[in-house]
Amino acid sequence: MSQNHAEVMELTLEHLWLVGASMFCAVLIGIPLGILITRWPVLDKPILGSANIIQTIPSLALFGFLLPAPWIGARADRLAILALTLYALLPLIRNTYVGIRSVDPSVVEAGRGMGMTNPQLLWQVQLPLALGVIVAGVRVATVISVGLATIAAAIGAGGLGEYIFRGLAMVNNQVILAGAIPAALMALLADVVLGWLEKRLSPR
Amino acid sequence: MNPAIRFRDVSYRIGNARELLHHLNLEIQPGETVILLGRSGSGKTTTLKLINHLLTPSSGDITVNDRLTREWDVIQLRRSIGYVIQDIGLFPHFTIARNIGLVPKIENWPEAKIQSRTRELLQLVGLESDIAARYPHELSGGQRQRVGVARALAADPPILLMDEPFGALDPITRAELQREFLELQRSLRKTVVFVTHDLREALLLGTRIALLEAGRMVAMLSAEEFVKSSDPLVLAYMRAFEPAVPRGQA
Repeated sequence: MSQNHAEVMELTLEHLWLVGASMFCAVLIGIPLGILITRWPVLDKPILGSANIIQTIPSLALFGFLLPAPWIGARADRLAILALTLYALLPLIRNTYVGIRSVDPSVVEAGRGMGMTNPQLLWQVQLPLALGVIVAGVRVATVISVGLATIAAAIGAGGLGEYIFRGLAMVNNQVILAGAIPAALMALLADVVLGWLEKRLSPR
Repeated sequence: MNPAIRFRDVSYRIGNARELLHHLNLEIQPGETVILLGRSGSGKTTTLKLINHLLTPSSGDITVNDRLTREWDVIQLRRSIGYVIQDIGLFPHFTIARNIGLVPKIENWPEAKIQSRTRELLQLVGLESDIAARYPHELSGGQRQRVGVARALAADPPILLMDEPFGALDPITRAELQREFLELQRSLRKTVVFVTHDLREALLLGTRIALLEAGRMVAMLSAEEFVKSSDPLVLAYMRAFEPAVPRGQA
């Protein structure tokens, strides 16, 4: 029993690592891309379109496609993190884009009219006012990512999916639940915490 | 004295489409309040935005303080011009004090000087100093617009552009703010370009009134001249306000 307990902990930590690392990368890539396409509108269709297409690739297939990639393909967790990052991009890019675009135009015009530079407008006005919407994107991406990360076990990346696949092979519901319940709790927790943050950061 | 703002043969069109402004010539003297009067789409706001280079003229020259707007560093140009718009555009995530102190802040004034200037401005526009720590959504429309005016005056710019600043206010608050504006202008003597479609407001506040119609300036008259004018377009505009402003009375 205590051995099982330790295993659940270990797989939970692995799961957290996959989700945490991939969300970190996705935020680092997705938010700047979202900002970029508000500045250069010619890029919005190609970038949003690509992120959209990635989202439509079945997850198991994407893990398989990435296998031959150098360095990344060498370790299953790198592979899983890359795939999860790619999936998280769409909500992040789109929410950053929509968040900035939906800032009250009169506020932006007043700022520009008073002589704020573009970086000043971005950092002091547009990003702070878009933050609630951006965090909403992080929230959606994180919840999806917690669920998707269970599939990473299929390529040997570990995480709570181990139990789910093992339970499927053994036709043992209890083993499946040992993976599914902690994963569901993790998703719920992420949802509540990020939801609270989203509410706090939304302008009145 | 050289004009503070001069338009020489200025046209503005979007792409090759409709011309929003047609060969405008206009000279605005330092310290006067020029009203740009006209109906929606007559080119008033376009004219205003050409002055602080939010729009670039398709042809012609605009001079602000003896320098062409396209030769100005656009950021410096805008910081030397106060800008008040109907929607006010206060930053909802900034306190009132931070909203008012915005231009001084980006101009790197020392913090103590920004604070004393903010206090001074609140008093100038008739607001209590305890409002400074509040957020725009906690204020009434009239208070917000006063803050908008205070913000535009913060760095003491010689020129003030006002785009229907009192348009969204109830009639009583509007009358109050118009009165205060007159008083303020008597002591500050800014060069003001004021956009409105309200004839009463124009006659009350303007040193001179420029009537715009479909992108052309059709008249440039003082209030006294305006009410006596026999120009058909001026008459048409006056007739629309007939019950409120009897002929020959300003």
